[in-house]
Amino acid sequence: MLTLTHFLVLGAIVFSISLAGVFINRKNIIILLMCVELMLLAVNTNFIAFSHFLNDTAGQVFVFFILTVAAAEAAIGLAILVVLFRNKRTINVEELDTLKG
Amino acid sequence: METILFYVFSTFMVVSALMVITVNNPVRAAFFLVLTFFAAAAIWLLLEAEFLAVILIIVYVGAVMVLFLFVVMMLDVNLAELKAGFVKNLPIAVAVALMMFGIIYFVVGGNQFDIHNFVPPERHGADYSNISELGKVLYTEYVFAFEIAAVILLVGIIAAISLTLRRRPNTRHQKVEEQVAVKGEDRLRVIKLEPQERK
Repeated sequence: MLTLTHFLVLGAIVFSISLAGVFINRKNIIILLMCVELMLLAVNTNFIAFSHFLNDTAGQVFVFFILTVAAAEAAIGLAILVVLFRNKRTINVEELDTLKG
Repeated sequence: METILFYVFSTFMVVSALMVITVNNPVRAAFFLVLTFFAAAAIWLLLEAEFLAVILIIVYVGAVMVLFLFVVMMLDVNLAELKAGFVKNLPIAVAVALMMFGIIYFVVGGNQFDIHNFVPPERHGADYSNISELGKVLYTEYVFAFEIAAVILLVGIIAAISLTLRRRPNTRHQKVEEQVAVKGEDRLRVIKLEPQERK
């Protein structure tokens, strides 16, 4: 029998994997963006699981808006990435130190 | 049956998520991310969120991942250089991920979310429509947020286009407005020529 815990633990696993991905792919911005998408997917799974078990559609509405914002964020992020590559010929995070941060 | 489906699709999801973060080639990572999204859509179908499962496939697999693939293929990246710190960062990544999972599991793994506190709801019949249920609240209660989401998408369009638009002043291209506005005397000049004697 499926319980809410199953879905929450699945979300936790996917979230942890994408967090590990942020650490081991620290230099590649494309993979970093993909890891952010994975994190959002894990969070959305949690939202939908709660929405189902509490019998409340508000959780699904939240996921709808998260998907919208995530799509806009991915489009702008990739546009910034393209401009960055055009100007500096690299997407290595370590070489992007113009701001001396 | 549902439990078997859940385990099959969550195994797919976890394994392909692991492949996303470990494969060398960003194109392969994008394809494994597509597989992850498909498995997640199946999990969402188990949770009776049909509309969002379809939207996940249409919007994410159909639009966002294609965008990722386009960008990956347009950029000429040096893969070996980007992979340099992989082994060095692996232990800390595993440690952080396990710690994160431990913390979340500490909250969700106990018995506060088990079958007694959150009773699985009855499955809806064939006449139940997830889309109309979602539409009813989306267009009444959340209509303002819905409008704002539309504005966010508009901002996304304008920002992405204006960021990547490149004006090249020294290229040769047609100026249609000048071509349309041209008059006969701009092209053809009639000159008076005196008759000349043949020598």
